[in-house]
Amino acid sequence: MKFSGTVFKYGNDINTDVIFPGRYLKVWEPAEMAKLAMEDLDKEFAKKVRKGDIIVAGKYFGCGSSREQAATCLKAAGVSVVIAESFARIFYRNAINLGLAIMVCPEIGSIAEAGDRLEVEPTTGEVKNLTNGKTAKAKVLPPFILEILGDGGLIPHLKKKMAKA
Amino acid sequence: MGKTMAEKILAKAAGVKEASPGDLLDVYPHVAMSHENAGLVSKSFKEIGTGKLYDPDRIVIIFDHRVPAETEKTAEGHKTVREFVKKHGIKNFFDINTGICHQVLPEQGFCRPGEVLVGTDSHTTTHGAFGVFSTGIGATEMAAVWATGKLWLMVPETIKVVVKGKFKPGVYSKDLILHLIGKLRADGADYKSIEFFGQAIDEMTIASRMVLTNLSMEAGAKSAMIPPDQKTVDYVKSVTNKPFEVIKPDPDAHYCQTVEIDLDQLTPQIACPHAVDNVKPLSELAGTVINQALIGSCTNGRLEDLEEGARQLKGRKVHPEVRMLVIPASWKVYRQALDKGLIAAYIDAGAVVLNPGCGPCLGAHQGLMAPGERCISSTNRNFQGRMGSTQSEVYLASPAAVVASAVAGMITLPEVK
Ligand code: SF4
Repeated sequence: MKFSGTVFKYGNDINTDVIFPGRYLKVWEPAEMAKLAMEDLDKEFAKKVRKGDIIVAGKYFGCGSSREQAATCLKAAGVSVVIAESFARIFYRNAINLGLAIMVCPEIGSIAEAGDRLEVEPTTGEVKNLTNGKTAKAKVLPPFILEILGDGGLIPHLKKKMAKA
Repeated sequence: MGKTMAEKILAKAAGVKEASPGDLLDVYPHVAMSHENAGLVSKSFKEIGTGKLYDPDRIVIIFDHRVPAETEKTAEGHKTVREFVKKHGIKNFFDINTGICHQVLPEQGFCRPGEVLVGTDSHTTTHGAFGVFSTGIGATEMAAVWATGKLWLMVPETIKVVVKGKFKPGVYSKDLILHLIGKLRADGADYKSIEFFGQAIDEMTIASRMVLTNLSMEAGAKSAMIPPDQKTVDYVKSVTNKPFEVIKPDPDAHYCQTVEIDLDQLTPQIACPHAVDNVKPLSELAGTVINQALIGSCTNGRLEDLEEGARQLKGRKVHPEVRMLVIPASWKVYRQALDKGLIAAYIDAGAVVLNPGCGPCLGAHQGLMAPGERCISSTNRNFQGRMGSTQSEVYLASPAAVVASAVAGMITLPEVK
């Protein structure tokens, strides 16, 4: 598992209402959800994002409503990993359960700007900015969480485990 | 060293002797609640492939977010869940005619002190008012709970909130919690639990306590609890025959932070757009013209809230340029409000009384706003676009302030007699 992509950078307290607005909660298909991602924050995001791209954010990313669609729409849009100074706990759990990698990195804001190319190694926490050469260290996720992410989320993970049992 | 409520309750539910902050535990929740998103849960549950629920009697499903169905798509979603409920013999199913999940759970006896309750809704913290460790989880992990009965939880650190003094007239539990959120900020309690103490808390009604735990989520809290007392026990016994064990914090429990609030200094508060922690004394906003006023929701839609609002009306009419919406939190509350003549009072004042449900609180239907419009609301969130247009504004305040403002046509301090 190694991620590389272009940075979309946002500030502090990005809540799930702007990541995936309540008025769209009846949309279920991931491909459709991808088109609505971040609409209330950055109308350009859904148009510009490419597979593997990386969201960089400040403190408390994903606060607010527990809607999983906030993680689903980002994953469906092609985001490989969200790196933030900190996350709201329900978003953090949802992202892991849906197989969207997230990493906590307090210095991320100072090493990455929008449009930079990043390379991220989740097993070591290594973050490298290929555009300006700067590096940072993110917190390494516990092994059981890496395992869930590696399996593509909690459901495929449980499926695998239950099949073995 | 002593233990907090979160530490004690989680240790018990995980079957371990002791738990400390940071421990990862496999916990077996007693109650697992979902609303319309039970549709999403059941989809993931089917994918797991076991086909068998761990224990159907722990599952509670309550329709409230889009009731009655506002689109064909929602109608289909409701239908899928109803079929799932039938097929799997889920007894604890409450259709569109019951109320908002966070009001229905206690009313139906699912909030029992000392237990663990998880819900696929962020404001599941509400049930800590009954001494329950209750927290919001995602739909996917709820599917895992349905299938395996358990989920991993990290034992949180706990913030101690000590409330001193007495409420002044016109100041309510809503003002107290808004003030606290302003102090802690939106992420001040992220990954943490909160416990509330003080004589004012002891004297509070159950309904007012629920306002505190409901809104604690807006400071990021994983759970928020009020140590159960006789009032809690009496209430719970009045709604369920199930046995429960009251768990209180140890007197020498370790808290990561202590926050003191002096009610003698507290005035009516208001949360300004577009963040719940953007809290100011309400008097600073007085005179701001509004287009809509909403009293109700899982935050402040209980009988005492509707009564307090009606007292502000005093037979006056809602301002002609304000649309006033009233949303009782449940059918039970609705019925009691009818009996007490409150519904008549609101209708006579020109308000629109909606059926119990989430309605405009999450911007789904029933009272959305146009660009440039402003609403004062007794709900719990004012994020951008929460109640319709991203160019509209939501201000959060107590039910009394909402109704006083609806009458005046502008943000106004509640009248005190
Ligand atoms: S009333 Fe509002 S806050 Fe309460 S459960 Fe419904 S949407 Fe959530």
